[in-house]
Amino acid sequence: MRKKELKLVVTFHTTADAMAMEKACRGKEVPGRLIPVPRSISAGCGLAWCAPLTERDALLEVMEEQGISQEGLHECMV
Amino acid sequence: MIYMDNAATTLQKPEKVKQAVMEAFDLMGNAGRGASEAALNASRIIYGTREKLARFFHAESPNRIVFTANSTESLNIAIKGLFQTGDHVITTVLEHNSVLRPLYECRESGVELTILGCDVSGNISLEEMESAVRPETKAIVCTHASNLTGNMIDLRAVSRIAKRHELLFVVDASQTAGVYPIDVQELGIDVLCFTGHKSMLGPQGTGGMYVRTGVAVRPLLSGGSGVDTYNPRHPSEMPTALEAGTLNGHGIAGLGAALDYLEETGISVIREKELLLMRRFYDGISCIPGVKIYGDFSTDRRAPIVSFNISDYDSSEVSDELDMEYGIVTRPGAHCAPLMHQALGTVEQGAVRFSFSHYNTEEEVDTAIRAVKELTGGNTT
Repeated sequence: MRKKELKLVVTFHTTADAMAMEKACRGKEVPGRLIPVPRSISAGCGLAWCAPLTERDALLEVMEEQGISQEGLHECMV
Repeated sequence: MIYMDNAATTLQKPEKVKQAVMEAFDLMGNAGRGASEAALNASRIIYGTREKLARFFHAESPNRIVFTANSTESLNIAIKGLFQTGDHVITTVLEHNSVLRPLYECRESGVELTILGCDVSGNISLEEMESAVRPETKAIVCTHASNLTGNMIDLRAVSRIAKRHELLFVVDASQTAGVYPIDVQELGIDVLCFTGHKSMLGPQGTGGMYVRTGVAVRPLLSGGSGVDTYNPRHPSEMPTALEAGTLNGHGIAGLGAALDYLEETGISVIREKELLLMRRFYDGISCIPGVKIYGDFSTDRRAPIVSFNISDYDSSEVSDELDMEYGIVTRPGAHCAPLMHQALGTVEQGAVRFSFSHYNTEEEVDTAIRAVKELTGGNTT
């Protein structure tokens, strides 16, 4: 298994929101990728946006700009 | 074959629609089920089509667009999910069974229904519509265009009535989406139901609905959502709330390509061509003795449909003759529009419906005119 690192993980209410996030981040060249929601956050499946810790402000800005509603913003080992 | 049954489904689709569906077979996993590249490919394509639909109908957000299998599913979700015992709903005789039957089911469970009649041309009266409003009226549900006559309902005028009386406005755009621009926000539409396989030129099994922010629709289905698995209730967030189960991803890929085609070609170009063909056909057959045409042709603001009968011939017989002798595909019978046929007095005879695509040609229309002339025993020169 890969060595885990502490990352920012944004969860969403719907897959549509997760896809909107991926599109918005790619458009703004904000690094990160979609991952399955880590079970340490929720056992309920779904997609989450995983990004380096340094990108917190950029992520919040993208979500604000695009009106993407998040379920939660977490720091966890991914 | 000369295909002129485009109000039932458009047979000829843009090449890029077929390509998109074929490519999707090589790319798509299950959207929203995991984060593999295959699953994400599907999610991206579906989200992309959701965005295109939101732009196409001027929705406030892609999240207000829900994918369904067709207009019938959308209308069932809307009608069964909005009304309850004690509500009163206004609709019209122009409606398809996909509006009427769900409403009849609601009526059985205590929803009251007013069904507005029409004049001899098949048009409703807006004054009658407004007069039908009662204190308990919850909504107006109506089609944008009759699938039998092609007559359109003035959505802007109906919307004004709905707004004046604080009613929900639910629109069936089966015959117009892809031909006429529909701006849900400008028109004050609360729920728009559309199908992908008619004038939108997408694959069968695609369709959807727009639901205005703040309008709560009880889901018809619950089940797999890809999120919130341990919640015993289906998620309430849109669009997931109304999209239980695996979506028709391959079809939706095709619908996305169809929307690209509509944008590149321009729906006004498509509409003008279809109306030109409709008018050419109408002019060609309207003066033939024995031909009786239904609907209002005093305006070109209508769906590209011409329905008619020849003397007292069974419409099925005429349609079959057109098919067998001339290779012209039309639709006879009742067109799932029982009240419109009752209003026109054509329950026994049905009607022969020609409906045009922009892929049809003037030569095909002229062939169809000659065929109708021959069937009436008239001179073909």
